[in-house]
Amino acid sequence: MYRDHRPKRRAAYRPEPGELWLAAGIGAIIGLAGASWYQIQTRNSVDRRLPDDAPLRTARSQPDRRRTVTGRTITIDRPRSELYEFWRDFKNLPQVMENVKDITADGDLSRWQIDGPGRDVSLVTAVTDDVPNERIAWSSTEASDIETRGQVSFRDAPAGRGTEVTLDLEYRAPGGALGRAVAKMFQSEPHLQARRDLKRLKMLMETGEIATNANRRSAA
Amino acid sequence: MRALTWHGKHDVRVDTVPDPEIVNPRDAILEVTSTAICGSDLHLYDGVIPGMTSGDILGHEFMGRVVETGPKSTLKKGQRVVVPFTISCGACFFCQKQLYSACDNTNPAEKQDMTEGLYGHSVSALFGYSHLTGGYPGGQAEYVRVPFSDVGPIVIPDGMDDDDVLFLSDVLPTGWQAAENADISEGDTVAVWGCGPVGLFAVQAALAMGAGKVIAIDEYPNRLALAKKLGAEIIDFKQTNVLEALTEMSGGLGPDSVIDAVGMESHGFAPDTVMDNIKQNVGIGADSPHALREALMCVRKGGTVSIPGVYGGMADKFPLGALMEKGVQVRTGQTHVQKYLDDLLRRIGDGELDTKFLISHRLPLEEAAKGYKNFRYNQNDWTKVILKPGMLAA
Repeated sequence: MYRDHRPKRRAAYRPEPGELWLAAGIGAIIGLAGASWYQIQTRNSVDRRLPDDAPLRTARSQPDRRRTVTGRTITIDRPRSELYEFWRDFKNLPQVMENVKDITADGDLSRWQIDGPGRDVSLVTAVTDDVPNERIAWSSTEASDIETRGQVSFRDAPAGRGTEVTLDLEYRAPGGALGRAVAKMFQSEPHLQARRDLKRLKMLMETGEIATNANRRSAA
Repeated sequence: MRALTWHGKHDVRVDTVPDPEIVNPRDAILEVTSTAICGSDLHLYDGVIPGMTSGDILGHEFMGRVVETGPKSTLKKGQRVVVPFTISCGACFFCQKQLYSACDNTNPAEKQDMTEGLYGHSVSALFGYSHLTGGYPGGQAEYVRVPFSDVGPIVIPDGMDDDDVLFLSDVLPTGWQAAENADISEGDTVAVWGCGPVGLFAVQAALAMGAGKVIAIDEYPNRLALAKKLGAEIIDFKQTNVLEALTEMSGGLGPDSVIDAVGMESHGFAPDTVMDNIKQNVGIGADSPHALREALMCVRKGGTVSIPGVYGGMADKFPLGALMEKGVQVRTGQTHVQKYLDDLLRRIGDGELDTKFLISHRLPLEEAAKGYKNFRYNQNDWTKVILKPGMLAA
């Protein structure tokens, strides 16, 4: 019996008309998106930017990848002196700082017990700058688990609104960007904490208590 | 205690939960005597508001008797009080400006992250609502913890029934603020979308503020009849083209002010509503603002749009061109309840405002789920449901 040994030819692929339209549609969308992107990128392009007046922590990218700069400003309707006094006594801070379990004074140093992502972090800080009613700065010493610096400053708010309190934090995130992401997952990333801690400070100073939705004391 | 708890879309139940305690110095505990189901509770019932957790106690319209007070509360045991649905500290920048629903200090700090992400800034806490606004346990319960009890609750004199004053907690001041935001001058024409409790109170308030003509828009005969009884002219949007009718009924100008008392779950079979509903059903935080779109089209040039209706997310197909080209001003916001309480309590006492006409049903707390279902699916007959924790189940 005669067998055909020629390679079998597969039927040529003939797209359905519908498929052609779909491909054309997708092509058109990609083309239009590309054209708009090109327009946006090239229209009125700027080759030199002025340094602006915004604080560094609001920059779209940080100049030094190993160091993270973060912070937050909040207006609290209390006099500068009262806020300064509260902060200067570091033992007060665990009241408003969610992740700080305890701060004890040790001579000129402060020992912080921090509930870090997955483990406890111990921090020993020394005050590096202290101008009454204006600012307090601190820095970690070598006995610390993490390397960090912080400053809180107090300015009169405009129109008698009280005091603008700014907290600036700089730290070397263990594990870099990945470490920061993990910390965020555990809700103990410093930016998140700075934001929440200042809000709690504001609540305590303005209303005498820290708001909670807990219905029972054991859950507060 | 017994409390109405949320478990998911169209799933609310009366459960036994732990009694509340005094947690902070300014707290008080109330024994709830009356609590209402609000139209905005239906947004939770329909699962279109983000930030709900299974087991949350609902209810933000309630009143009761003080049974316990914290050391900094100004209330006294035994007082009867109505509680505003907005929780406000009374001390921050916003409270000082009487913008109570913008209070900075009542939404717990850890709850504010999500709200800031969604709205840019956090807003005040509310009772019995989403965790975006604090996740505070609400008042559809036998007892409720009232934080900042020295700022919100208003003491009710003996001799006034619960039914007279309960709506001070939300819908009455919300309707009142809606009319105030509509910036009404003597003789103005005002159109109100939605003849639910807020819309009906907005009708009363607009007339009290000097409107010459108030036109109310809905589709349910019972609700339209209530609006008519209060002195409004009515339009049934299922029978009538609203834009054409409003233009004709306002001498060709269009209404001077329009009030959207509908919010994020507009009815009406319109193409935009269908698209919005599809998006809401897949759970992307989409608002369905058909009424607001229509209101923006209808308002006269240079007129005022007041939005008491609740929105929570994003909207598209929005007639921004109409808003800009006609030079319309928009005023909105959650109600600054505390600002209105003294005045409105006096008006109720003097007989200037009628509140009882609204109540269609009174149920024991145990039958709350039935109340939700009917308020949602039987809107013509169920205009307002009051739950009574003390009432025995039938």
